[in-house]
Amino acid sequence: MIPELGHFALALAVALAAAQAVLPLWGAQRGDARLIAAAPGLAVGQLIALATAFGALVWSNVVSDFSVLNVVENSQAAKPLLYKITGTWGNHEGSILLWCLILAICGAVVAGFGRDLPSALRARVIGVLGASSAGFILFALTESNPFTRVWPPPMDGQGMNPLLEDPGLAFHPPILYAGYVGFAIPFAFAVASLIEGRIDASWGRWVRPWTLGAWAFLTGGIALGSWWAYYELGWGGFWFWDPVENASLLPWLTGTALLHSAIVVEKREALKIWSVLLAIGTFSLSLSGTFLVRSGILNSVHAFATDPARGIFILALLALVIGTALVLFALRAPVLAPSGLFAPVSREGALVVNNILLCSMAAVVFTGTTYPMFANLIGGAQISVGAPFFNATVLPLSVPLFAVMSLGPLLAWKRAALAPAIRKLWWAALAALAVGLTAVYGLGHALAALAFAGAAWLVLGAFAEIVERVRLFRVPVGVSLARLGGVPRSVWGSSLAHAGMGVTMAGVAGMSLAVHTIVAMHPGESVGLGGYQWTLSRLYDAPGPNFTARVAEVTVTRDGRVVTTLTPSRRSYALQRNTVTDTSIRTNLLRDLYTALGEERDGAVVLRLHVNPLAPWIWLGALVMAAGGALSLSDRRLRVGAPARHAAATVPA
Amino acid sequence: MTRKRRRLYWLLACGLGVGSAAALALSAFRDNLVFFVLPSDLAAQHPGPDRTLRLGGLVAEGSVVRGSEDGHPLARFRITDGRDAVPVTFSGILPDLFREGQGVVALGTLGRDGVFHAAEVLAKHDETYMPKDVAEALKQKGLWNPKAGPPPPASTWNTLAPAKAGAPTKAGG
Repeated sequence: MIPELGHFALALAVALAAAQAVLPLWGAQRGDARLIAAAPGLAVGQLIALATAFGALVWSNVVSDFSVLNVVENSQAAKPLLYKITGTWGNHEGSILLWCLILAICGAVVAGFGRDLPSALRARVIGVLGASSAGFILFALTESNPFTRVWPPPMDGQGMNPLLEDPGLAFHPPILYAGYVGFAIPFAFAVASLIEGRIDASWGRWVRPWTLGAWAFLTGGIALGSWWAYYELGWGGFWFWDPVENASLLPWLTGTALLHSAIVVEKREALKIWSVLLAIGTFSLSLSGTFLVRSGILNSVHAFATDPARGIFILALLALVIGTALVLFALRAPVLAPSGLFAPVSREGALVVNNILLCSMAAVVFTGTTYPMFANLIGGAQISVGAPFFNATVLPLSVPLFAVMSLGPLLAWKRAALAPAIRKLWWAALAALAVGLTAVYGLGHALAALAFAGAAWLVLGAFAEIVERVRLFRVPVGVSLARLGGVPRSVWGSSLAHAGMGVTMAGVAGMSLAVHTIVAMHPGESVGLGGYQWTLSRLYDAPGPNFTARVAEVTVTRDGRVVTTLTPSRRSYALQRNTVTDTSIRTNLLRDLYTALGEERDGAVVLRLHVNPLAPWIWLGALVMAAGGALSLSDRRLRVGAPARHAAATVPA
Repeated sequence: MTRKRRRLYWLLACGLGVGSAAALALSAFRDNLVFFVLPSDLAAQHPGPDRTLRLGGLVAEGSVVRGSEDGHPLARFRITDGRDAVPVTFSGILPDLFREGQGVVALGTLGRDGVFHAAEVLAKHDETYMPKDVAEALKQKGLWNPKAGPPPPASTWNTLAPAKAGAPTKAGG
């Protein structure tokens, strides 16, 4: 009964989304106030319908209703409750439903928080969101229906991929999807403004908070995914340039560019056409990223299922959404007259450099990710592009980006001089140089030293603007402290985000100094690595809820003193006939001791041992970036409602 | 500065960004494209010891020897496509579902001695699954026609003979 209710709610959601697409757009075009006013209600209605459908699927998973095909294929009775819930989105059908649910939440959020938007614009934004919703819910309903029944129901399900039975991955999809789908709102604003044919500074002010929110979620989602890959896959690395990872990195790069170009639109009314294109491009990359990868069109270890019918539906849908937006852009962009001139050396100039570099990075990552697919389609050649390609292209482009990153916020709008900005940063440059020289001397690794210097430059440079604002050391310290309270939260937020990038960079630099070894050991044997002595104390079996684990106990000592005991294991899942390595990691925030257990043969086990300096900083930095975004979002000036009243009073409409 | 001049500067800046990205991508492509090959491709032509390759095929039955060298594990096995087989060495943790008769992809280089030194070995977690590249290449070689049905059991793959042109391949021989 419950699955049928979910199925019905899903069908209802398609109808509501279609209405949400047609009525408000039609009403806004005709100036019909009643149709315009219907927009928020329809958006909320669609959300309720989808939430019901999603709830029904979660319920079916929790009670292990094995008459539902999706539950049979991805669950089992003995699975822990947490994974029964999170398993809902651990498969193709469920994840698409979650994706649609988040898109519906976006629509409802615009309906709820967008009260101060001009009502016609709000109706159009909600309408555009409804149109995209309708397409994807229709896809869920026809091509990947999660509520299909089986008869007769089997006694037990086939179980979930054990790799996904992990708390990190359980919450990774919702956060990542919130990031992906969140970019639908800037996209909808872009399309709505193109329909209206008018974009001004307020467009930047409206779009920026939504972009910031989506960006913060995407940053968190990417970090969580990378962390999961680090501790779950047992390869010791944190980023593999896998198509799935690239698919999430692409909208992050263009989204970061949009975040910065929207500032220019808001403050200076320049870069309007470019920002609109970025908003369209970012959501297009989010869409193609999620769906091309999930549908198996791009070859990836993460792909769920490959089904040609799904692929064609998705391709058609993507072409429709992206194509319509781009055609509209081509028709309407010339109407948006550029304004707001600025000199090359200025805050705007620095932000343009940021945009050029971020988009160049996105372009090379895109090329590298899709080239194998096109090479196969055109020439039939089977080629793959691996990490060396991405390292050789992305890293050189990131150097000038990081150099400008600290400088940009210190430049004045419109026209600036380089010399005063550099004078404000000399101490950061000096400190970075000192860090770099120390690192070269101490580590003898030039590239890592450069990265450490860059990290110091970013972290210190990030706070240069605040130091400048409180006039530190130029007025008494007490006055500076008092002024600290007056620094807007958006400035704190951007400083924090820039500093977070520096922390991540230090982590990456540390990881480049990581050492590892793979050894075959009998219990009682020991091996030295990275100044530590690793001893395999014993091997034992331990039962789990739906698996049995073979555990190795590794005692790590340094200078005869026990540092820690690690217990890497291999879990055998009887039902899925699958074995999963479960790493054991001990961190003190400055270095990770990392172990993974391999095969056992003739009483000896294969162990992978790593000493990873500064590894946690990679994800810590990303967390700081996301927190910076959230802090900035809490700034009153950025809230959609607050500035609108003020703007209405001073700017003639 | 005139408007025209300013626009020129910006165009130059964009050109510089896009140009350097393109130059980087092209030069990286030249050095870092990883080609997928089958054992018979390696038998036909030695690509040189500097070239990183992805070698795909099936782990030949009875070829896996897990030994160790200086305390480090060293696995030796042969990857076959039914025509030729290439000896492979790999020092590392083999994937959980690595087994004889399984379709695998090894990333590494071919030494002058004709031994393939793998840095990574990938296998998928499904018994009937075959890495996409392997399936694709075997289709091209005429070893498997997807229209004739699902791929034959992995354990029989290394005994298959290439099909005659045009004739559908019978599964399992």
